[in-house]
Amino acid sequence: MSTSLARGWETVIGLETHAQLSTRSKIFSGASTAFGAPPNTQASVIDLALPGVLPVLNRGAVERAIRFGLAIGAKINPRSIFARKNYFYPDLPKNYQISQYEIPVVQGGTVHIRVGDAEKVVNLTRAHLEEDAGKSLHEDFHGMSGIDLNRAGTPLLEIVSEPELRSSAEAVAYAKTLHALVRWIGICDGNMQEGSFRCDANVSVRRIGDPKLGTRCEIKNLNSFRFLERAIEYEIARQIELIEDGGHVVQETRLYDPDRDETRPMRSKEDAQDYRYFPDPDLLPLEIQPAWIEEVKGSMPELPEAMRERFVAQYGLTAYDAATLTASREMADYFESMVAKLPQEPKLCANWLMGEVSARLNRDDVELDAAPVKPQALAALLARIADGTLSGKMAREVFDAMWAGEGEADAIIEARGLKQISDAGAIEKIIDEVLAANAKSVEEFRAGKEKAFNALVGQAMKATKGKANPAQVNEILKKKLASG
Amino acid sequence: MTTHLASLAELARQLQRKQVSAVELAQAYLARIVAHRDLNAFLDIRPEVTLAQARAADARIAAGNATPLTGVPIAHKDIFVTKDFASTASSRMLEGYMSPFDATVVQNLGNAGMVTLGKLNCDEFAMGSSNENSAYGNVLNPWDKGAVPGGSSGGSSAVVAARIAPVATATDTGGSIREPAAFTGVTGTKPTYGRPSRWGMIAFASSLDTAGLMTNSAEDAALVLGPMVGFDPKDSTSVDRPGEDFTRDLGKPVKGLRIGVPKEFFGAGLQPDVEAAVRAALEEYRRLGATLVDISLPSAELGIPVYYVVAPAECSSNLSRFDGVRYGHRAKSYGDLNDMIAKSRAEGLGAEPKRRILIGTYVLSHGYYDAYYIQAQKVRRLIADEFRRAFEQCDLIAGPVTTSVAFGFGEKAADPVAMYMSDLYTIPGSLAGIPSMSIPCGFGAKGRPVGLQLMANYFEEAKMLGAAHQYQLATDWHARIPEGFR
Repeated sequence: MSTSLARGWETVIGLETHAQLSTRSKIFSGASTAFGAPPNTQASVIDLALPGVLPVLNRGAVERAIRFGLAIGAKINPRSIFARKNYFYPDLPKNYQISQYEIPVVQGGTVHIRVGDAEKVVNLTRAHLEEDAGKSLHEDFHGMSGIDLNRAGTPLLEIVSEPELRSSAEAVAYAKTLHALVRWIGICDGNMQEGSFRCDANVSVRRIGDPKLGTRCEIKNLNSFRFLERAIEYEIARQIELIEDGGHVVQETRLYDPDRDETRPMRSKEDAQDYRYFPDPDLLPLEIQPAWIEEVKGSMPELPEAMRERFVAQYGLTAYDAATLTASREMADYFESMVAKLPQEPKLCANWLMGEVSARLNRDDVELDAAPVKPQALAALLARIADGTLSGKMAREVFDAMWAGEGEADAIIEARGLKQISDAGAIEKIIDEVLAANAKSVEEFRAGKEKAFNALVGQAMKATKGKANPAQVNEILKKKLASG
Repeated sequence: MTTHLASLAELARQLQRKQVSAVELAQAYLARIVAHRDLNAFLDIRPEVTLAQARAADARIAAGNATPLTGVPIAHKDIFVTKDFASTASSRMLEGYMSPFDATVVQNLGNAGMVTLGKLNCDEFAMGSSNENSAYGNVLNPWDKGAVPGGSSGGSSAVVAARIAPVATATDTGGSIREPAAFTGVTGTKPTYGRPSRWGMIAFASSLDTAGLMTNSAEDAALVLGPMVGFDPKDSTSVDRPGEDFTRDLGKPVKGLRIGVPKEFFGAGLQPDVEAAVRAALEEYRRLGATLVDISLPSAELGIPVYYVVAPAECSSNLSRFDGVRYGHRAKSYGDLNDMIAKSRAEGLGAEPKRRILIGTYVLSHGYYDAYYIQAQKVRRLIADEFRRAFEQCDLIAGPVTTSVAFGFGEKAADPVAMYMSDLYTIPGSLAGIPSMSIPCGFGAKGRPVGLQLMANYFEEAKMLGAAHQYQLATDWHARIPEGFR
């Protein structure tokens, strides 16, 4: 990005994101949407488009669209229209897709993204409901094609951003924020491997200051954040190079090939189909009464933005910490469960969750939901830091044992004899012994050698096998040296 | 046996009184079907299926849990899909196709205990006005085997006229019940759009397709319509209304009834023989105490151009699913996937569906959509508004069904526009979605039947059927049976 900017180019990116909605049945039929069933076992007569079948709209899909609209502060259209998008494709059983064209269910709205320290508000154009197609399988059929219609009719919310993203980093930040949001409000499982969340990126470049948009290319079906980033980077470089070499960008649809890390043309605008959209006469206009919106509003969770602000105000966390803790609902819930048990130590809870817990999750490649240490158990451990029973170092040892499944914090502390020495008298006695045995260090300290202080602390800790409360050791040692 | 001469209402009574069994009735009608197979009205009969249904009906009557229609035979237009009979829409594309489910209309009538005689020929995908567009050959008009039986429900009209079925289901998109009813002298009833379920009706034009009935009288239609219609959660355009007794106005005299007569339905093009019979029928109503009111439906004449934008647009999309991928005809040899779809459709679809798919594809194309489709929808609303205003002045509207009596085979086949004009008087009501019907009101040129069209406001089928029944009490046109079928 910085290089293209330096060369005088600005990038313009808009994303179209397909989020598969988490309904149990399909958008226009009662067939299951579960992933991974044997081919064509989840295709009803409606999904197969047999003669005489008709679609009936799944209200659960609409409810999820309303949730999304509310979450991004968009307009929920009181009346939206389902249209037919006509094109022939073997895995599109009706040879038209039911989608929303002129009037979508959700219009407008914003998503707040962060790139580094910068915040940006991205405007959304619309979000509309549509059905997914099936899958064509071209391998294993000896020169023929196999069609699996299990996915046909799966509900999708297509979320369209304005072309306001200016770099691959912004595009990725937007996609990640959107991904977190749809999972947060429970409308999409966000599983990118299974295609539950995938992006098309519209990319163009223009000279900085040029009010006119450049010719765009659409890169289809990017199903990981890394591919999204790589594809956009490649595409930006390709377009700039093309124009700088005196050529011009041709409007076309391209595919990203991760193995070769490049985008390739799929079809050009000249081949673009005329989809002959028209309102689907099998479906009435979708009417959403205000009462329905109110009902959905009542079931909405606190949204990440609001929660972030609350974390700062209520727990005195930094904006950065609050943002990290609200990156996913699981993280936020984990944090609040801890704080509920240990209300006086929100910062300690935050640090441990973002530090120790996250590090181990990464190391073991597990999700927070599956973490072996539950928030209440972790809070119980942190309570032992708060009350001076454990030093930070000791707590980490106990935490490792808890993570390994050895039990609750107090039991491990007991079993390992890990109680911190916080008795001032006992510590004083040990320090006296240390001072007596290390006269040289005492002398050095008095001669102005600050390092000697640390050596004395180390001796005191060593003498207690690390169990002495380090803060108290510091304090008492300072006092003794000053008075001596 | 002469049971075929009895009305459906009479057959139902005899069944309830066990004067005749459902099996006897089924056997008698099956025998007539075979005897008159030259009409080419049936595409699929399966006597073992029919007789099994009849035996079940008899058992139900014996057990005392029959409905008034249990055991009464019926035949279904091949636009309704059925589990037990092939469902082809009279297309090569669906030759031998067996549906895994029954259309709601078929299921409702089956639940009432009616016995299915078989599936009826029609124009391919219900596209046509003469039944000449069937992939399985012409249906003959029982009144004159040189004349068309009308379309698209030509098989339905022919079997009811010939008394080889006491009742048949039919579908009406632009006149496909009323025009063949008029051409064959039977009572054809199209209820309000949304009243019967479209689930299991092979779609032609979804916003117009309406299931209905061919019967020999308005009374018979009123008896069968009740169990046939009703809210269906499987059809989003189905209307959720409580069940109705459509026979409730049969005994109501027409005295004081205001019958609107639209002047646009008596303009140039209306043949004098048809006009004479229709005027005589209106005079009969006046004699019975009804008041004739002159009304105007100025936009009705735009019905044909509007219809031939809207219906092909919808059909071009509805028929896309017939691609040879999952079911139906697949070309024997082809190149890639696209070629397979193209060849399968080229071979499987007939000329008229192809023509309409082309028209529909054109009017929906980028740059033409606003000029054609949007404009047509606007005029469609205009026509509906005119009907609504007209019904402030009158209770029913009456006029001709067609400009002429049934024409001969091949007479209009070469001229699609002339053929499309056959639906001049029926299309406006279809576009508005109001109930309407055709009742026999005499004979015109070459002794071919003439129909009188009655139209009512939305959901006023009972009023319409009542007025039709009163006319049929006073006249006997509906009771005439063509030579050779008595």
